[in-house]
Amino acid sequence: MSKSNFTRRGVLKTGAVAGAGVALPTIFTAQSASASGYTNEPTGSNVTLGFNVPQTGPYADEGNDELLAQQLAVEHLNGMGDGGCLNTFTSKALKGNGILGKKVDFVTGDTQTKSDAARASAKTMIEKDGAIMINGGSSSGVAVAVQGLCQEAGVIFMAGLTHSNDTTGKDRKANGFRHFFNAYMSAAALAPVLAKELGADRRAYHLTADYTWGWTQEESIVASTEAMGWETVNAVKTPLASTDFSSYIAPVLNSGADVLVLNHYGGNMVNSLTNAVQFGLLDKLVNGKDFKIVVPLYSELMAAGAGENIKGVLGSMNYNWQLDNEGSRAFVKSFGEKYGKPPSNSAQTCYAQVLLYADACERAGTFNPCGVVEALEGFEFDGLGNGSTLYRAEDHQCFKDVLVVRGAQNPTNQYDTLEIVEVTPAAQVTYPPNHPMFGGDEASLGECNKGA
Amino acid sequence: MLGLNNKKDFTLLLVVAALTLLAPFVLNPFPSDSAMAQFNAGYPDLMQRFVIFGIFAVGFNILFGLTGYLSFGHAAFLGVGSYASVWMFKLLSYNIVPAILLAVVMASIFALLIGYVSLRRSGIYFSILTLAFAQMSFALAYSVLSNPKFNLTNGETGLQVYANDPQVFHRAGLPDVPHLFGLSMRSTYTMDVGAWSFSFNVGYYISAIVLLLVFYLAIRIFRSPFGMMLRAIKSNQTRMSYTGLNPRPYTLAAFVISGAYAGLAGGLMAAMDPLAGAERMQWTASGEVVLMTILGGTGTLIGPILGAGFIKYFENIFSKINDTVLHQWFAFMPDGMEDFMVFVIKPFVGKGWNLTLGIMFMLVVIFLPGGLVEGGQRLGKWIKNRGKSKDSPAKTEPAE
Repeated sequence: MSKSNFTRRGVLKTGAVAGAGVALPTIFTAQSASASGYTNEPTGSNVTLGFNVPQTGPYADEGNDELLAQQLAVEHLNGMGDGGCLNTFTSKALKGNGILGKKVDFVTGDTQTKSDAARASAKTMIEKDGAIMINGGSSSGVAVAVQGLCQEAGVIFMAGLTHSNDTTGKDRKANGFRHFFNAYMSAAALAPVLAKELGADRRAYHLTADYTWGWTQEESIVASTEAMGWETVNAVKTPLASTDFSSYIAPVLNSGADVLVLNHYGGNMVNSLTNAVQFGLLDKLVNGKDFKIVVPLYSELMAAGAGENIKGVLGSMNYNWQLDNEGSRAFVKSFGEKYGKPPSNSAQTCYAQVLLYADACERAGTFNPCGVVEALEGFEFDGLGNGSTLYRAEDHQCFKDVLVVRGAQNPTNQYDTLEIVEVTPAAQVTYPPNHPMFGGDEASLGECNKGA
Repeated sequence: MLGLNNKKDFTLLLVVAALTLLAPFVLNPFPSDSAMAQFNAGYPDLMQRFVIFGIFAVGFNILFGLTGYLSFGHAAFLGVGSYASVWMFKLLSYNIVPAILLAVVMASIFALLIGYVSLRRSGIYFSILTLAFAQMSFALAYSVLSNPKFNLTNGETGLQVYANDPQVFHRAGLPDVPHLFGLSMRSTYTMDVGAWSFSFNVGYYISAIVLLLVFYLAIRIFRSPFGMMLRAIKSNQTRMSYTGLNPRPYTLAAFVISGAYAGLAGGLMAAMDPLAGAERMQWTASGEVVLMTILGGTGTLIGPILGAGFIKYFENIFSKINDTVLHQWFAFMPDGMEDFMVFVIKPFVGKGWNLTLGIMFMLVVIFLPGGLVEGGQRLGKWIKNRGKSKDSPAKTEPAE
């Protein structure tokens, strides 16, 4: 039996003491960071990179493709295989003897496409395996979350597939870098092509995945299509977990819209597109024009999932293996020879990011994150498959050509699902770093953090 | 001692105290350069997860283990706790005390509301109601409450602290990460002993002390008249009503207490890593705590902690074993043999960790219905009786 003997005075006293305790200023002083070192400074003959990709969950296909590319990159860095893009890269700092003479090791983790799990996995890599850089991710939510973690922990984050404006917009961080393009660039590249192919007086209907990425993409597409004369009839948010979009497609028919924009990704997009095609949207004639569907963010894996339905549907991409330049050929060759299939655009972005990081370490002469940040900021390069590219210093976003693609009408083989309509030059998709869609003047990178 | 009348309970508390306080040693049995270092779990993040999910599962067990009410929506309270803490970080300062207090309070209020409605039904209907509420909270957090006009949860990206947040009590000199009066949760002291390396992390020890406190509280609840009443509800609620006792206040109290435990766990989780994501509230997260409790041993005191440790170990260690690691392990074998072994083991590690966990779960449920605790008891009995003659009948003790 428990007995309680609280007195009024006793309770008051305890309360006062507890209150004073909480109100007290700093009792324990923060320890000063050690003078020279940085988080996970490699001391032995090896250096460890962390590859954090979704291996289970809705984006597992993308994640596993990224992992293949990352392993290929490590092979090339260590001087195995045919060297891939090391031969075409304009910076010649990498010798194929690891990074700064240290052999490259890697650890992998599963983000499960969940911010929490991704952070846990990244923390494991940093705390247990001593990873000096984290690369990967197939979702903007995850990328933003892991980027924040890397900033706090003092390691470099090289983002993988993340398309939301926020990653290098309002959530930009000094220790984070993005090679992939973003929703704004998609919109800026697509708009002129849409105007040319579909005319400047279309009425658009948006279906948008109801979360951060969906909103930023809808915002970007609406802004750039309205600028060229289109009208937005309606923009409907769809719950992320939906698998059947019929109830969202039916109203489109009666809305007087003649273009459907699907701001969906992955399995969502495959389902909504299939529903739209089943409803016969593409055979309709509205306002005297053929009905069209636009999918702003494409990927090879989604195209494969949607099969026949993808034919003639327009969208944009960061990279496509059919791109004909020296870097792209070298990358597709070594990826194809090793894995027997062409790389996806998520694979390419991760491959490029790993090489870029390694190269920055070589040029900086150190693994110190602050040195690496300095080496990457404002870095101009070519030969990694995307053509001439700039890593802008103000927001750590890469600026390069954007591809506008269309679902192939007559695919010749199973990988030939998309055809390149136009390569939009980088200048056309460039925006000022304080653009309102990217956090405006308030957004700042903060200070680079090298950790303890 | 400490109001624990039963000597066994006190020993149990001591065992848990020893395990948590010495965890950096216990979990790092392999030298850091050896191939077995892969299986070391003694790094701050995972140790924190062990104790935090331990708290979560201990609280869940107060409801499920004692009253038998199976809630499938406990993750909602964890999520509410996390969001509440991160908001405190954003508005006040990075000090974890107000954050954790608000987390517990908010989760309790939430539990009171959900419990008041859900506890009108029992059995599967109760489970479905809690599941529905939790999924509703998840949907609210994921998209509804994160629209640009009223952004309470920051949706998919997760709520985090930005440099331009008010943080009215934040001053220069205080660390820019969660801290306890200036003592950063991240600061870690690493002790190198020969080939071994042990890390002692502030965040871990704070969580461990909290675990000990709430574990002690759980023991007191289990042994109190109130706990007895909860057990009566589990064994036969109808009979209890007929004796003139209204079971609802008791179940509601148990529900709120376990909700508060979940909120505490959520608050601590945010204190260790200041980000609250909506996935924390998803039904899979609610299912996970059910698994932890059943795996460890429903209705036992230490079971949920063991279960939580077991599941988190698999999630974090087994998912990290990839092809390269496997090839290293079997490098001593001839080539064909090596590839064969890798081929056989690969589906069970790396991205297949769920499969291994599922198999372990099935084995435990089939052969050890009392969970890991029953396994331990059987092992203990076997060791005790090994030397003795066979005909002395083993004293059977019911699993608690």
